[in-house]
Amino acid sequence: MSLSQNPQGALRGVRRGGVPCLLSVGLASCSGGVLDPRGPVGADNATILINATVIMLAIVVPTILLALWVAWQYRASNPRGEYLPYWSYSGRIEAVVWSIPTLTVMFLSGLIWIGSYKVDPFRPLPSKVPPLEVQVVSLDWKWLFIYPQQGIASLNQLVIPAATPVHFSITSASVFNAFFVPQLGSMIYAMPGMVSQLHLQADDPGQLWGTSAHFSGDGFSDMQFQVKSVTDADFAAWVGSVRGAGPVLDRAAYAELTHQAQRVPPSTYGGIDPQLFHAVATQEIAPGPGPEPEGPSHAGREVSTGGKD
Amino acid sequence: MFGKLDLSAIPFSEPIALITSVVVILIAVGVLILITVKGWWPYLWHEWITSVDHKRIGVMYCLLGVVMLIRGFADAIMMRTQQAVAINAPGYLSPEHYDQIFTAHGTIMILFGAMPLVLGFMNFLVPLQLGVRDVAFPTFNSVGFWLTASGALLINVSLFVGEFARTGWLPYPPLSETAYTPGVGVDYYLWAVQISGVGTLITGINIVTTVLKMRCPGMSYLRMPVFCWTALASCLLIVATFPVLTATLAMLTLDRYLGWHYFTNTAGGNPMMFVNLVWAWGHPEVYILVLPAFGIFSEVFSTFSGKPLFGYRSMVAATLFICIVSMMVWLHHFFTMGAGPAVNTFFGISSSIIAVGTGVKIYNWIFTMYGGRVRFEVPMLWSMGFIFTFIIGGLTGVLLAIPPADFVTHNSMFLVAHFHNVIIGGVVFAVFAGLEFWFPKAFGFRLHEGWGKAAFWFAFIGFWVTFTPLYVLGLLGMTRRLQHINFEEWRPWLYISVIGVGILILGVISQATQLVVSIRDRQNLRDVTGDPWDGRSLEWATPSPPPFFNFAVMPDVEGEEAYWGIKLRAVETQQLSPEPTYEPIHMPVNSPVGFYTAFFTSVFGFAMVWYIWWLAILALVAAFAGFVVFAWRDVHEFEVPVEQVASVDRARRAARAALLDRLGTQEVLP
Repeated sequence: MSLSQNPQGALRGVRRGGVPCLLSVGLASCSGGVLDPRGPVGADNATILINATVIMLAIVVPTILLALWVAWQYRASNPRGEYLPYWSYSGRIEAVVWSIPTLTVMFLSGLIWIGSYKVDPFRPLPSKVPPLEVQVVSLDWKWLFIYPQQGIASLNQLVIPAATPVHFSITSASVFNAFFVPQLGSMIYAMPGMVSQLHLQADDPGQLWGTSAHFSGDGFSDMQFQVKSVTDADFAAWVGSVRGAGPVLDRAAYAELTHQAQRVPPSTYGGIDPQLFHAVATQEIAPGPGPEPEGPSHAGREVSTGGKD
Repeated sequence: MFGKLDLSAIPFSEPIALITSVVVILIAVGVLILITVKGWWPYLWHEWITSVDHKRIGVMYCLLGVVMLIRGFADAIMMRTQQAVAINAPGYLSPEHYDQIFTAHGTIMILFGAMPLVLGFMNFLVPLQLGVRDVAFPTFNSVGFWLTASGALLINVSLFVGEFARTGWLPYPPLSETAYTPGVGVDYYLWAVQISGVGTLITGINIVTTVLKMRCPGMSYLRMPVFCWTALASCLLIVATFPVLTATLAMLTLDRYLGWHYFTNTAGGNPMMFVNLVWAWGHPEVYILVLPAFGIFSEVFSTFSGKPLFGYRSMVAATLFICIVSMMVWLHHFFTMGAGPAVNTFFGISSSIIAVGTGVKIYNWIFTMYGGRVRFEVPMLWSMGFIFTFIIGGLTGVLLAIPPADFVTHNSMFLVAHFHNVIIGGVVFAVFAGLEFWFPKAFGFRLHEGWGKAAFWFAFIGFWVTFTPLYVLGLLGMTRRLQHINFEEWRPWLYISVIGVGILILGVISQATQLVVSIRDRQNLRDVTGDPWDGRSLEWATPSPPPFFNFAVMPDVEGEEAYWGIKLRAVETQQLSPEPTYEPIHMPVNSPVGFYTAFFTSVFGFAMVWYIWWLAILALVAAFAGFVVFAWRDVHEFEVPVEQVASVDRARRAARAALLDRLGTQEVLP
């Protein structure tokens, strides 16, 4: 059974974007956030987030009301509040007091256990369509997406076919980043010398956005990228238009990318070195050089060349 | 000669940093001139700087904490306003500057604001509540305080000589390695945190030893006030985990200074190891802060409800439960590294389990009020604000402990809102409740009630107006640490948050006004009885402020709530206990070794930051020499003559007798 066909009512509501909009009354904009998921993983994330919130609110709201009521009822100025100056122990209340949080946490533990396995980033999504492979490299301060099956690559833009699972292999060429497309769901770290796996899927064609969710230096604020979910036909057309056109992502072209730069406009590569990702992930190609000051710097204060606007 | 240091280290090109530096230096020079002109140096030197009195050290810790809270709050104002003006615009802070500000904000608020305040309360209260005359190692205590102050000094020096780290308050490699951060910022961070970390460890050892070995006769473990239990649990965590921090930062230091490869990208280094190690300290650290805060609330709820704490043993059990489990949850700070579902499940469940201990505490506080006569004075307002705020913070915390939910909220503004929700709602509210509650004990007069209430309401409302929008922004996908914003839709929420900061500023102003007004009106607010709140634990048995020897005669405790029992007996029999036989008291002599050591340690840290090796060696030798001289001291105690002891205690008894006369004419208890 496909995750995207989960019959659970709440989940379908989430998928339509109805429940989150209701729950987040007052949100001026309901677009673009994690409560407006556009794929099965994001829908699972949002459902678990909302379910857990509702479960806890069932305990939290009465507790807050109880606290306020007790404080008000037994205020010193209230003659009706009975004064029990020695009352400080009750075995029954103690039992209840330990039981309520324990039972709540046991219930949530089930949610954690099941959810952790269900929404495991490394787990392939069940689907009849074979997944699209995308290799992701985080650089200072840009995102490189390599499509090994298509033999192309793109910088700062991610184009994926809708309703097709995408298998991301993610590494970093310099410092930590986190690969995150809020509306598709789960983020995962991009770490140098390591490859993390992530499986996501967009249900319908549309414009989304992605970002780095882990601080990575001066250019971090602009580490966003476009995500275009397109139809299969449009995807094939896009691949066709990119392949063979423009520069080839060989090691020389990649070396250029490792230098620090901010706000690099999206671009594409018509060909790739198929071993490139492996060489980056294993650090056969040296990690990015970091800041490279030109001319005299201030003592102890580095000056990055990385494109101040 | 001066290593990497030259004049270009002064930030002439950054007006904000430069003007701040000049203002801070002018204020400091002004204060020094004032002290000199007024001739206060001998008083300061003998009564405070060289003091080994735990109460004086506690007060100095709190003063340091408050000053650093203000510094951290200034950083916060700049961060919130920068994000509000930098929507599709560069704002007024460059990334280089903004990144330093959020790093400094986190480091200062946790390590130099909250920690000194919590350590200050423990220092001031634990010996008084245990009925003893000092901590186990009084001079060591002074060394610990001054080392913490030395670390705080180094952080502030980085403002105008060089720069501070731009890596976030936990300097994750490889960003914090020399390859990606070649400047001195991370070095300032490393030495400041290392030096203050040693100070914290000293205090931890001191309090643990005091609680385990120095209780007054009859004060068995299960008769200790809950604050002492939480202080013990917190200090056990300090002793267990601060060495981990020290070792981790030492490894990063070796990477940076000697080109080693613990956490580097290359040559077999593993940056994830740093992340694991630093959170093995970092998570217990939040319980080091919040457990004593729970202790403060326990004292406040009990005192202002006029009842013993409900479920005392349950509270003790919950405290120790949290203490132990807090060391098994660190991985929830990086579920998103992809450790796999089994690991994430374990740490998700262990993190939620902590909520059991906290939940039990919340219910016990509520039942403490049940059947009480609840007086809504200022400490009680902070405590009620805490219950409301902390429950919501706990809810969002459990959400973040659920891996699939964390996968979309990790490192987001939702996370930022959550930890401010628990740290402000838990620790900061406790600190203000505690300052209000024990201020009369420390200084002999109460704080002005009206301004205190104003401060609470501004802080409480300001908190929610500031941080609720951050929850929303997090759910909209906004990550933390953005120097500018590329999303127009986020503008309204960022604006609301700035309004909240404005309300919080009013709270800070009220708090400052309260202090000024209270000092002005101190004659009217004077606490002559030593027991201004109808207290229940032994610190209220002393006069306000207590004499340096705390107790003329060691109390003999006969049950829980030691002072309440004494008071009850006196009220029943309508007389004080018979006058005891006074004996001379031996107290430790003052020592400048703490101040001296910390002075040279500051020089050492500064020299290491700037690679001035000769100075570093000299300063280290000088700091060590202080210990050697201290170790060979001839006199370490002096005798308080019996006449002085007797006269101080007779004055106290006279005040108590007057109080008893007044109480005798009212109905005190049914």
